[in-house]
Amino acid sequence: MSALRSLSDGLRSLFRREQVNRELDEELKGFLEMAAEEKVKQGMNRKDALRAVRLESGNLEVTKETVRSAGWEFVLETCCQDLRYAFRTLRKSPGFTATAIFTLALGIGANTAIFQLLDAVRLRSLPVSAPQSLALVEIKGGNHGFGVSNRDTNLTYPLFEQIRAHQKAFSGVFAWSGSDEVAVGQGSQQRKARVLWLTGNTFAVLGVPPIKGRLFTDQDDRPDCGIQGVVISYGFWQSEFGGRDSAIGSKLLIQGHPAEVLGVTPPDFFGFEVGSNFDLAEPFCSVTAFRPAASVLARRDLFWLTVMGRLKPGWSTEQASAHLDAISPGLFEATEPSAYSTKSQNTYRAFRLAAYPAANGLSDLRETYDASLLLLLGITGLVLLIACANLTNLMLVRAGAREREMSVRLACGASRWRLVRQLLTEGLLLAAGGAFLGLYLARIFGRSILWLLSTERNVLELNLALDWRALLFTASIAVTTCLVFGLAPAFRSSRAEPGDALKSGSRGVTTGLERFSFQRILVVSQIAVSLVLLVGALLFVRSFCNLTTFDPGFREKDILLAFINLEPMHLTDIEQYPTVIRDLLAQIRSLPGVESAATSTHVPLDGSSWTLGLQIDSREGWSKFTWVSPGYFETMQIALLTGRDFNDRDTQASPHVAIVNEAFVQKYLNGANPIGRTFRSVVEPGYPSTDYEIVGVVKNTKYAGLREETPPESFGAASQFPAFGPWFSIFLRSSSPPSVVFSALRAKINELNPEIRSDFSVFRKDIENRLIRERMMALLSGFFGALAGLLTMIGLYGVISYIVVTRQNEIGVRMALGASRGNIVGMVLRQTVVLLALGTALGAASAVAVTRGVSSLLFGLQPDDPASFIGASILLIAVALIASFLPARRASRVDPMVALRYE
Amino acid sequence: MTDKSSDLVQGTLDMLILKTLALEPMHGYGIAVRLEQMSKGVFRPNAGSLFMAIQRLQRDGLIKGEWKSTENNRRAKYYMLTDQGRKRLNSETREWGRQVAAIARILEAS
Repeated sequence: MSALRSLSDGLRSLFRREQVNRELDEELKGFLEMAAEEKVKQGMNRKDALRAVRLESGNLEVTKETVRSAGWEFVLETCCQDLRYAFRTLRKSPGFTATAIFTLALGIGANTAIFQLLDAVRLRSLPVSAPQSLALVEIKGGNHGFGVSNRDTNLTYPLFEQIRAHQKAFSGVFAWSGSDEVAVGQGSQQRKARVLWLTGNTFAVLGVPPIKGRLFTDQDDRPDCGIQGVVISYGFWQSEFGGRDSAIGSKLLIQGHPAEVLGVTPPDFFGFEVGSNFDLAEPFCSVTAFRPAASVLARRDLFWLTVMGRLKPGWSTEQASAHLDAISPGLFEATEPSAYSTKSQNTYRAFRLAAYPAANGLSDLRETYDASLLLLLGITGLVLLIACANLTNLMLVRAGAREREMSVRLACGASRWRLVRQLLTEGLLLAAGGAFLGLYLARIFGRSILWLLSTERNVLELNLALDWRALLFTASIAVTTCLVFGLAPAFRSSRAEPGDALKSGSRGVTTGLERFSFQRILVVSQIAVSLVLLVGALLFVRSFCNLTTFDPGFREKDILLAFINLEPMHLTDIEQYPTVIRDLLAQIRSLPGVESAATSTHVPLDGSSWTLGLQIDSREGWSKFTWVSPGYFETMQIALLTGRDFNDRDTQASPHVAIVNEAFVQKYLNGANPIGRTFRSVVEPGYPSTDYEIVGVVKNTKYAGLREETPPESFGAASQFPAFGPWFSIFLRSSSPPSVVFSALRAKINELNPEIRSDFSVFRKDIENRLIRERMMALLSGFFGALAGLLTMIGLYGVISYIVVTRQNEIGVRMALGASRGNIVGMVLRQTVVLLALGTALGAASAVAVTRGVSSLLFGLQPDDPASFIGASILLIAVALIASFLPARRASRVDPMVALRYE
Repeated sequence: MTDKSSDLVQGTLDMLILKTLALEPMHGYGIAVRLEQMSKGVFRPNAGSLFMAIQRLQRDGLIKGEWKSTENNRRAKYYMLTDQGRKRLNSETREWGRQVAAIARILEAS
């Protein structure tokens, strides 16, 4: 009740200030007059009486102010005053204001952008109902590369069926697979769409409602359902149908099969993998219609599904894990793939299932970029810190210049708290300005980073819309920065003794050493932090350079790749494929500009891998296996050390031959002459156990990735490839521009058979695209390192300039007494050198400690790489010396007479 | 300076104002005079502290004001106790009595 009255009274005095003031005025005046009347009654004359009363009760205005200051609205009022005043002061020095706001905006913008990325990749949960009760079902520890897998945590379809039939922990289990692209539309209108295969119950278990039409149910997922209906994503609905309602029920041509559009998923449902959206969703039963060649649903060695379940109420992930573990033996026994060696089958039977929390979905992005993004957040945080240090310095310099103003205000009776508040308000205003501009910059930064990370083949789509989390994050850094750079100067200047400052006039003789020492500490820490950032930047840049100039053992320059799919030719006899391939290769070799061409079952450095077990002289082992056509080594310019290349006499009927790499010889033959030796491969589905005779040895080349050691690798002849199918890649060497070769290729393939589907890429670009993370780290850490250096330079310049200005008299005297210009410059630079020495030493020490954590992100160099440390130090020292040489030279130009006359 | 109210124990001015108003509604000057009379010239609050206290009491809902004319035909704001104010005065008086007695016992103990 009383709080309410206080509020209403306060509001009344705020909004009806005139009236409230008038009333107070009248009341006080009445008070005085009544007191005077009393005195008149006692015999004073009226004039004396009024005077006496005034003397007794003091200044009427002060009294009014005292009474007014008792209400809470007074605080609000003075805050508004502070704001207005801060606005005015900042407007009076636009240079300072612009620098401060822009510096802050850069820092805040970078931080917000990285935070948003991190948030999108890592923190946001799946856009489904109650994501906390979702769990992933995976093989504990992965499948160790058993069979064929996208990810080693994936499961086979038969296994999923077993889980669905026997589990009791989940109210529903579903599965999906999302790595396929299909062709949509017809003729020249044809384009690719990303398809998500899923079980019919998926949307129901997830609790994702359609925004148009209907989504799949179990009824849609019946064995051999063919292609009937399709669910499309919101994005696809917008781009393909313009968001029209008529889309529902219309027919969409998918790989030439008409499918009815059943419904649209909500806009925030991006699928399950953060960063890779989908266009179409199809039930698993339709897969067979797309892949007639082999029934992938029945395959027990194809690990391509991700399985999730919704926990029954009261079940925890741990309980579900225990339950899955208990039923695992039965499930794996029932789905054991045949045609494997006994050892492999034992491995399979020993697999155990487990459940893992799945609220955030799963993401390759997260695995790939987690560490990098966290590191970048740290880097941008440090840059912001440097920016704050700069602002603190600037504010300190301003505070020094405003010392007289502050003294006067203190002398006039302003409280110190009021002055602190005044300066903090200025800081807050700057921080708010920086935050607003920063939010804008964050959008630009965020988009640029996404653009940096996207490639032609893989366009990254993340939801970077501003949400409360990003806003909260920005607001909290704004407030923190305001406190960081506003507080020190505020307390400093409010400590001024009014008398001292007024006495010393404008000469600033008494500006004590103390303030300088604080500024010096700031500069030293700025130098130290910059050094850490520069060392980091150099490490990443050098590491990226190492990666791009690293010799993988083959010459990737001028190599073009063509991915060929013969499936649409619908050849009835699988034996026809080799003939078609041979013809195609011959045609391609004859194209103008093509120097050589060959097929291969494996594209080096693309992350994929094919391993078979082998037996050599009763020893067991393993090797990577790749089947290539004659001319592959010549095309890739891989040196053949001994023996021969494959040739046309190596056929299905002739003895199987192999060319192995040096690592193979080293590992299994102890370096003895390998030509003529034989080994036997271990059986796997589609790959019968075969004897190979080694006919040649090639130099080591990198296999799946640049970072790995070269594994033992065996090459087989393409003509003897046991599992050939309609897909293969052609490597061709050509020094003509890729676009010319590609169009010639396309024309030639079309001429041979328009049904053949093909896709081209430049090998070197593919490799570079796989170094995106490294490129991003190199670019961004380089950018932020340079920014940190620049900010430090500005800070140092400011401090040295200020020191020089305050020492002008002294410098004048020195020059009058005969000091040369060189002496003066030297004197000023000595200050820098001391600061630099301290800062660099401190920075180097922290860099050693900090960079140890990033070694896993580096390639070809150690985190204590001396070149990076020395380079960064030299760069920073050079920059610092330039920054302080300018004010030093200015100081040396001081006319002694002018400086002295000042006195 | 004649500000004797600074000698007052913190917060007692509020209580004293409530006490003066318990007898009859009164304007600011009247309160000051009455306080001086009743204390026989010991307490003489200045206008600033007096009106600050009045505003505080008003905000707390313990007193309310009303513009009226005085016997000398002057407009003045008369303050009177609310029910809440009366209750507060009673409780504070009791508390004050308890405290004074306690303090007196301590001082007399030696």
